[in-house]
Amino acid sequence: MKEYVMGNGAIALGALAAGVNLVAGYPGTPSSEIIETVAKYPHAGVHLEWSVNEKAAMEVAAAASYSGARTLVTMKQMGLNVAADPLMSVAYIGVKGGMVIVSADDPGPISSQTEQDTRRFAEFARIPVFDPSTPEEAYGMIQDAFTCSEKYGTPVLFRPTTRVCHAYAAVEVPDHFEPKAYPGFEKDAGRWVIFPRLSYANHGRMEQRNAEMAEDFSGYARNSVEGPTSEKAVITSGVSYPYVQEALKALPPVRLIRIATAYPFPETFLRQALNGVKEVICLEELSPFLEEKTLQTAGRHHLPIRVSGKLDGRVPANGENSVELSLDIMRAFLGGAEQSDAPDLSDMPPLPARPPVLCAGCPHRASFYAVKRAMRGKKAFFCGDIGCYTLGNAMPLDMVDTCLCMGAGITMAQGLNHTNPDAVCVAFVGDSTFFASGMTGVVNAVYNEADLVLCVLDNSITAMTGHQPHPGTGRNMMGNVVEKVDIEKVLAGIGVRTVRTVNPLRLEEAIQVVTECAAEKGVKAMIFKAPCVALSRPEGKCRVDAEKCVSCGKCVREIGCPALILDQGRVSIDPNLCTGCGLCGQICPMGAIGGENHA
Amino acid sequence: MRKDILICGVGGQGTVLASRILAAAAMEEGNTVHSAETIGMAQRGGSVTSHVRIGAEARAPMIPFGSADLLLAFEPAEAVRNLKYLRKDGMAIVNTAPTRPVMESLHPTGYSGEGMTAYLLQKCSCILVNADEVCAPFGSSRFFNIILLGIAAGSGRLELSKETLLRQIEKSVPARFLEVNLRAFHNGFEIGERKESLS
Repeated sequence: MKEYVMGNGAIALGALAAGVNLVAGYPGTPSSEIIETVAKYPHAGVHLEWSVNEKAAMEVAAAASYSGARTLVTMKQMGLNVAADPLMSVAYIGVKGGMVIVSADDPGPISSQTEQDTRRFAEFARIPVFDPSTPEEAYGMIQDAFTCSEKYGTPVLFRPTTRVCHAYAAVEVPDHFEPKAYPGFEKDAGRWVIFPRLSYANHGRMEQRNAEMAEDFSGYARNSVEGPTSEKAVITSGVSYPYVQEALKALPPVRLIRIATAYPFPETFLRQALNGVKEVICLEELSPFLEEKTLQTAGRHHLPIRVSGKLDGRVPANGENSVELSLDIMRAFLGGAEQSDAPDLSDMPPLPARPPVLCAGCPHRASFYAVKRAMRGKKAFFCGDIGCYTLGNAMPLDMVDTCLCMGAGITMAQGLNHTNPDAVCVAFVGDSTFFASGMTGVVNAVYNEADLVLCVLDNSITAMTGHQPHPGTGRNMMGNVVEKVDIEKVLAGIGVRTVRTVNPLRLEEAIQVVTECAAEKGVKAMIFKAPCVALSRPEGKCRVDAEKCVSCGKCVREIGCPALILDQGRVSIDPNLCTGCGLCGQICPMGAIGGENHA
Repeated sequence: MRKDILICGVGGQGTVLASRILAAAAMEEGNTVHSAETIGMAQRGGSVTSHVRIGAEARAPMIPFGSADLLLAFEPAEAVRNLKYLRKDGMAIVNTAPTRPVMESLHPTGYSGEGMTAYLLQKCSCILVNADEVCAPFGSSRFFNIILLGIAAGSGRLELSKETLLRQIEKSVPARFLEVNLRAFHNGFEIGERKESLS
């Protein structure tokens, strides 16, 4: 059957077609839809889970692969940092059943903290990496990745980028997916227990195997050469490959070399492809990986080739590529007249900015505002974390002073506390992030006697990445209702003496509790509990009583809710956006806003 | 067939459904189709685009600048923001009713949309419609996406048959809203037929 799917969907369907037995991952843009697609298609016999974090997912999958099962692990590129510990070791141990780790890179970056390159990780871990350029190709390539994993007994990285993950195309898939039969775990301490001696021996085997694999990849059909024999050539990979192909329609013909397996680098293939070439430009995203490999190849074999790319500044070091950028770079490289079919827009009027903001009625706004009010006039530092609530940094809330990586808010509040003992240090963490990597930070803070206020913004979902369940939601990806892991009990269990749960939409009460918590010594936790507005049905709408409203604009200035409209001095509420949360009504000094149902 | 269609607007306006219907209709007529959507952080109250690329020659997931045959804009400033994708001889079908930027109350810019439509008229062939007005008979602005598809089909620029589009609309919308969606499409189709000769 033909399915029109997102790149992530194609990856999921490709894994199902490969007979995958276990799929585990942690949500992260642009990778989240892979697991969601598996869940949508019939997948009887496949264990499917959102793991608590990427490290857990990697370990669950590794052991399943030891058992001979085919496993898929999914994450965004920074998730691979979290999972680096098991990855580096399982690379040494190897696997029995095919293990493919999808780590989706995000050139731009569009929704990430870094522009790191998973190909570097593959080389660092000494394991192969496949680099798909389109959704259609990803469907077949992930099946190649499983084959490769089992042939060489190694975990394999699969590295799509945002524009491949989120592009749609039609793929032809079987009507029925059959998970592969596998033998189950067989004890073999000499194989599965990592010890220095084994690592030494396996390291040698890995390097030897990688040399063989590089030769194998030199014959891989997706490492390809097209175009005429010419003295100039373009080397590309991933989504840059279709960009270059499209840009070349407007340029003189040139030899185009595409590398689909960046590591182990197919050097024999490249040497042949470069035959007769005197000048080459590398068009790739993120790091100059292929460029360095090309320089290495040229150096090792004394090839008289000038290699250009990011290292000599002809290609930008950062940001994503595009057809336009490829066209500009290649026009400079190849020559050719500039021509544009676009209208001249040099006189474009200024456009309104539409920055991302917390949704109207988002309970995070109320939580931030309660803390802000309680801390008014005090020296206080606010450590944010990764999730929708990073948007608490925007004006007028201005409640995020630091944000680094998953779970770091708690430990950074601790670091600020030890170096700024006169400040109240507050950490904000979402419920999913709390489970992912917040809990250990709380133990650290309790053990090391920090004074900090922990605010768990519990909206009972992983909201930012598209509403995935987590251990606190009471359901899992196998479709089962399970016991909720109770954040309040977890905190009490790991030694937090003061744990207060409040509804952030009851403003005065929330302010009071923050004030009390801030006055205590030690680690104090508040759980701001209210559901994500994108999932809960609005129970009412707020209205402005025009007779009472004096147009002071305090509601707009204090909380910046997108439903509040201040137009020509008059305040009104957009009924299409308002969820009736009632926060603005509790701020209005004239009691002019009513109609709310939540508060 | 070879055609690039860029759909743009503000998160929540129904751009995604419009792009799905277009893609499905083009595939039903035997074309290779690729599309891409902006999703993730960009979506929350922000500018959104869908790129629909019909024809096997299209390689990149997103339409290159100066390549779109049609720009379907749910919002006038978003039309201007994405005008770089349109070819010189392409056509823009644009809702003239502006969507206030979410931060307008906090940081007023006085954005009204009028300057945008004036600019669009200078730059390309346009069909301008006010979504609030054309949606009034249907009781909700959420039918604008289907009206817009109707206008595009009626203008003759889409080159997809009316019947195929109607079949795909039927497959894509909930049964209880089908009748009103079909009326919305026909209404748009008539606007498209009339306006093509004027622009």
